[in-house]
Amino acid sequence: MRHLMNPLDFSVEELDRLFDLANDIENHMDKYAHACAGKKLATCFYEPSTRTRLSFESAMLNLGGQVIGFSDAGSSSAAKGESVSDTIRVISCFADICAMRHPKEGAPMVAAGKSSIPVINAGDGGHQHPTQTLTDLLTIRSLKGRLDHFTIGLCGDLKFGRTAHSLINALVRYEGIKFVFISPRELMVPDYVIDMLKEKNIPYEEVIRLENIMPQLDMLYMTRVQKERFFNEEDYVRLKDFYILDKAKMQQAKSDMLVLHPLPRVNEISVEVDDDPRAAYFKQVQYGVYVRMALILTLLEISVPKTD
Amino acid sequence: MLNVGKIEEGFVLDHIKAGKSLSIYHHLQLDKLDCTVAIIKNAKSSKMGKKDILKVECDIDMLDLDVLAFIDHNITVNVIKDGEIVSKKELFLPKEIKNIIRCRNPRCITSIEQELPHIFVLSDEKKEIYRCKYCEEKYTEHL
Repeated sequence: MRHLMNPLDFSVEELDRLFDLANDIENHMDKYAHACAGKKLATCFYEPSTRTRLSFESAMLNLGGQVIGFSDAGSSSAAKGESVSDTIRVISCFADICAMRHPKEGAPMVAAGKSSIPVINAGDGGHQHPTQTLTDLLTIRSLKGRLDHFTIGLCGDLKFGRTAHSLINALVRYEGIKFVFISPRELMVPDYVIDMLKEKNIPYEEVIRLENIMPQLDMLYMTRVQKERFFNEEDYVRLKDFYILDKAKMQQAKSDMLVLHPLPRVNEISVEVDDDPRAAYFKQVQYGVYVRMALILTLLEISVPKTD
Repeated sequence: MLNVGKIEEGFVLDHIKAGKSLSIYHHLQLDKLDCTVAIIKNAKSSKMGKKDILKVECDIDMLDLDVLAFIDHNITVNVIKDGEIVSKKELFLPKEIKNIIRCRNPRCITSIEQELPHIFVLSDEKKEIYRCKYCEEKYTEHL
């Protein structure tokens, strides 16, 4: 029995198989409509995350399975002081697979250690959010046709943004990737990420302004720059517009550059960009459902003959 | 000068930083073993000024001493057989440390989950970096 705690739990080859399956699901949805009939997914969400929970639930329902669960700690036994270990033992009796979101880092790993059903980490504090990374990778692979040989810009809060760190860690396993980190000085990529890139001889560049770098990028991964992350209001006001993607900046970009965003967006991508064919962030949400479907099937070891 | 007799078989842990012998006694769980232990505190040392020494009379296979490499590299481990030093044991950083140090990340599950062991995993041997098994936070402060 396998769990998913970290995007690197799967080898590159295993990810390829998972993404092949996700693409087969995308193209032949009907074939998978009853693949999980009689199976139940438990969504154990100790903190609210409507988007991720609904994506998991939608994935299981698409597979003909059923869903049980809770969506905040207040409505679970955690409010009575039950440990994660005990909760998962109980949930194991109710469901066939569990997606767990928890504010404490490492909680899904503790659950996996005691569980008799596969556990998927659906986000643990600021630590990991592997299904977001799988979503990002599937989106890139599906829309670009590959996961190697491109220049990707990551823009916004690169210091605290776990989605950016996870994506970097996942992409360094592919050949020919160049990173461009676009962020204010206060929110630059942490040293340990830079050390890892240097050690692996992976090219990267750190820049402050987004517009100058646009023509070089094959892909732009936008994240939110939160006001509270800045040291002072003055810096925030001075810098915030650098990190807003608008039509003018898009004009400088390649005609096939993809714009990704883990969502929710606040104002870092202007609404006027949404209709640009290069804007892929809503497609990304759809790929999130496909990859979760593929993941549920893989972890439940259910195979549906693939269409050639 | 205090004199402590020779041991026949076991270990002499020398060059322990002064004052640290008791914590090593606990980390090696010597309190749980039925063997003779001498704890010498603040012994004179030409190299260190003051040092602690632990003498443990036991079967030499009984103790897992690798944790010492994590606690203090400078500790010398003399292996004693038939009353003589037969070798100096080389210490390797343990791959995993259990319940020796605690994760200080307030967002880590270890901060709330009952009876969860605090486990750290060696993530970079060269830089001697240990990370919490659960939250992967780097352990920064030595004992």
